Amino acid sequence: MARSVTPQRKAINTIAAWAVGLVIFFPILWTILTSFKTEAQAINDPPLFLFFDWTLENYAVVQERSNYMRFLWNSIIIAGGSTVLGIIIAVPAAWSMAFVPSKRTKDILLWMLSTKMLPAVGVLYPIYLIFIRMGLLDSRAGLVIVLMLINLPIIVWMLYTYFKEIPGEILEAARMDGASLKEEILYVLTPMAIPGIASTLLLNIILAWNEAFWTLNLTAAQAAPLTAFIASYSSPEGLFYAKLSAASTMAIAPILILGWFSQKQLVRGLTFGAVK
Amino acid sequence: MGRITLDKVTKSFGATEVIPPLDLTIEDGEFTVFVGPSGCGKSTLLRLIAGLEDVSSGQIRIDGNDATMVPPAKRGLAMVFQSYALYPHMSVRKNIAFPMRMANMPQEEQDRRIDAAAKALNLTDYLDRKPGQLSGGQRQRVAIGRAIVREPSAFLFDEPLSNLDAALRVGMRMEISELHKKLATTMVYVTHDQVEAMTMADKIVVLRAGHIEQVGSPLDLYRAPRNLFVAGFIGSPKMNFIEGEEAAKYDCHTIGVRPEHITISGSEGAWSGVVGVSEHLGSDTFFHIHETGLAETITVRADGEVGFKHGDRVYLTPRTDMLHRFDTKGLRIDA
Repeated sequence: MARSVTPQRKAINTIAAWAVGLVIFFPILWTILTSFKTEAQAINDPPLFLFFDWTLENYAVVQERSNYMRFLWNSIIIAGGSTVLGIIIAVPAAWSMAFVPSKRTKDILLWMLSTKMLPAVGVLYPIYLIFIRMGLLDSRAGLVIVLMLINLPIIVWMLYTYFKEIPGEILEAARMDGASLKEEILYVLTPMAIPGIASTLLLNIILAWNEAFWTLNLTAAQAAPLTAFIASYSSPEGLFYAKLSAASTMAIAPILILGWFSQKQLVRGLTFGAVK
Repeated sequence: MGRITLDKVTKSFGATEVIPPLDLTIEDGEFTVFVGPSGCGKSTLLRLIAGLEDVSSGQIRIDGNDATMVPPAKRGLAMVFQSYALYPHMSVRKNIAFPMRMANMPQEEQDRRIDAAAKALNLTDYLDRKPGQLSGGQRQRVAIGRAIVREPSAFLFDEPLSNLDAALRVGMRMEISELHKKLATTMVYVTHDQVEAMTMADKIVVLRAGHIEQVGSPLDLYRAPRNLFVAGFIGSPKMNFIEGEEAAKYDCHTIGVRPEHITISGSEGAWSGVVGVSEHLGSDTFFHIHETGLAETITVRADGEVGFKHGDRVYLTPRTDMLHRFDTKGLRIDA
């Protein structure tokens, strides 16, 4: 029997859900609002909510002072490149784990995930030294590789979960039909897993876009993405909250828009396997 | 050509032996049905022939050539799965074309074969649909179409009709039988349904726990089951088994008599009992007779017009020329 929900209860639930949503969204909203204030208004006490002199001055200054497009371009290449590269490597890996598992498959999956539990700073030195040796410091290629490796366990895990849902008989049919392993993965498995691959792609672009530890530590000027762009405005010598906010808003805008339009896909992707 | 020979083939999953050493020859053009209760290894055997499972030992030969290590795609066999296993993202046309595309067949030849298959299987109007928009029967036809276009040396069917409803199943049964008549290609068909086995097969292979219990034509198996298992498995309703004194009269441990070989009467007969449940099919009525002193229940098939009621005392007479005799090991004693 379906549980009956009274209108009052429904109203309370709705209000509570909106409240939680607003609390979560508030920092982002505040950042965006602050970006339209003057520096004086930004640190006004009591804080100003909506009634201040809206200005675009901060954006103009930020735009003038730094080359936003270059940071944006770096972000796109690093986030997109690492995700695509990761997926190319993860599809065959997830295929073998989902369809020809061995006794150790579960252990390997857990071991891969365990690497995510290591604090990143723990391997900063070795990675930094390797980067110097290989001349990868402050290069986009280096960051693509590092971010790909960092997100690979998540990509493999997600794809593995999606692949598990695909009936093995269809792949066997492809094998009977004369498909080689490559053709089986390319023409049968991948098209069937497109929704899952798309969610994986989106989530990992977001993760890579927001990654700040490695992008800040391994870049200087050439390969610096938007995280570095934000960081350059949080200077210890002065409090330029409005400009920092404007820079932040510019940095998160692309990913926020991407996330907004793909939220259905993202939610579906993240709950895949949990509900059937 | 499609002569398939299994030579001392075994299959184990870990320490569990699913198929003990097994020999079997499937002749070219033959419709062979593997039948048995679930878990008897019939699907595993089919998958071994297909190459989807590797044999643990022994040899599989197709047309005399050792195919034991040959990958499934290279064996020249086509398979139809229980779940149809269509490619959901491809149209019917692309599904049927897939094996030809993998073989790099020229486009004109592909189109010709697709059209021929679609016509034969009544799929012409559905070629541009996706499998999700088709009914179960249509999906199964697409799966068969995908198998036909390859012109394989043998077709393998893994319980292809079990997902269909009863009426459709009978229709598809006919279609597959007709297809076999038309193509005259070897077909190996797995089912747990003995009616499918009886109606379609040239040769039935009855399996139990990976062992072959008997191989023969449907009527061979019906008339001369080699042991109690086959006797009980083939034929519907099940054969009646009677042990003890009555069997001793015939010089054996168990006698078997089919429900259709017993006459029922209200006045006289060799055995007597009381009517329990009766199942009316219209054309026939199956009476379940209790209190005979022979077995817990004796099933009798009678004409649909015979009208005994629950609790009636009835008399039964078996046709002695149709009796099956079995020894203490359950093996058939030939007259």
